Amino acid sequence: MPSATSGQTIGPFWHLIEHPEWADLTRFGAAGARVTLSGSVIDGDGNPVTDAAVELWQADPPANESFPGFGRCRTDQRGEFRFTTVKPGPVPGRGNAQQAPHFAIALHARGLLKALMTRAYFVGEPLNETDPLLSSIDDSQRRAALLARPESESHWRIDIRLQRGARGETESVFLDI
Amino acid sequence: MQSERHPLPFREYAPGTQPPYDAPAYGSTHKRHPQESLVQLPHTITETAGPRFSIAHFPPIPDLSIVDGKTALGERIIVHGRITDEDGRPVPNTIVEIWQANASGRYQHPADQHDAAVDPNFRGEGRVYTDDEGWYRFTSIKPGAYPWRNHHNAWRPNHIHFSFFGSGFAARLVTQMYFPGDPLLELDPIFLSIPDEAARNRVVCALDMTITEPEWALGYRWDVVLRGREATPMEA
Repeated sequence: MPSATSGQTIGPFWHLIEHPEWADLTRFGAAGARVTLSGSVIDGDGNPVTDAAVELWQADPPANESFPGFGRCRTDQRGEFRFTTVKPGPVPGRGNAQQAPHFAIALHARGLLKALMTRAYFVGEPLNETDPLLSSIDDSQRRAALLARPESESHWRIDIRLQRGARGETESVFLDI
Repeated sequence: MQSERHPLPFREYAPGTQPPYDAPAYGSTHKRHPQESLVQLPHTITETAGPRFSIAHFPPIPDLSIVDGKTALGERIIVHGRITDEDGRPVPNTIVEIWQANASGRYQHPADQHDAAVDPNFRGEGRVYTDDEGWYRFTSIKPGAYPWRNHHNAWRPNHIHFSFFGSGFAARLVTQMYFPGDPLLELDPIFLSIPDEAARNRVVCALDMTITEPEWALGYRWDVVLRGREATPMEA
């Protein structure tokens, strides 16, 4: 049997398939309190990545006709993205483990021959202490790079750094899935 | 046994079939590839489940060759193929996103400054779904080659961009389909970034006279394989 087809970069002109409303996962009338996730994508020179496609996926609440569970947002001239969605709850991990609430993020861009995968957790969630992924990362700064921080009660923010910054800013944690 | 709590994880990619993040011949990777090791993540429901797209919310765009009843310039083509997983099982009713340059090698995009003609009758976005047996099909025009400044006299081979979702988020695939016999392929750092030659050749479509329509359009076939699942559940 043939193996999975190879990936290739999304390139700089993927906006031909961009529909800005996709960044609002609540647009079909999802139930539940709204939450905003915003952030920026920054390259190894500290410059904003202005042509990325940021994709958000959440397994909770389960997708249905009024909630796709998936969104896509471009980064703008400041490298910023912004999603509106419903806050996820905990989901099962492997075995009997429980995972802390989180978003899955796939980042596609010119210069990325395949997607970069990461997650965004919520700082201060009690379940973070026992989350299998968070607790597998020993370096506290890198672990913290997976945590979105509150701007307000319903607005969370996370920056995605593709490489370590000139002032020692931590590279985001990217996942081999 | 697969259960809702413990769905089957996807299997690892075959060695050499996926491009690296750091590909020195492709300049844009220099400041964008991670330098730290990736963190291994055994699959959970976050990776094994994935989005479903309803036709009501995401309607098909099966013909890129016509805008408002007017025909785009260029060589009309029909592209079809079958989407299966690594066990050869069809992936039914899954969304396929498509985008491409026009016949002169220019995208209808403000950032594309290539000095080639814009075609008002070509937008370059498509969206189709596979049928119950995993087949997809759309009509378009053959995209042109274009220069891209990666190195002196760099030209991208003719290609169509594709996006697939498969049955879980870990099977997400964004890629490009190339055309057979294109001499630019052997000069293209993006195509050549796929280490394995056999895998590389599988992103090139084939002329297909069985769907070529006389006096109308050339047909091409491109089959796509999305990640398969492990044979055993992941409780262990």
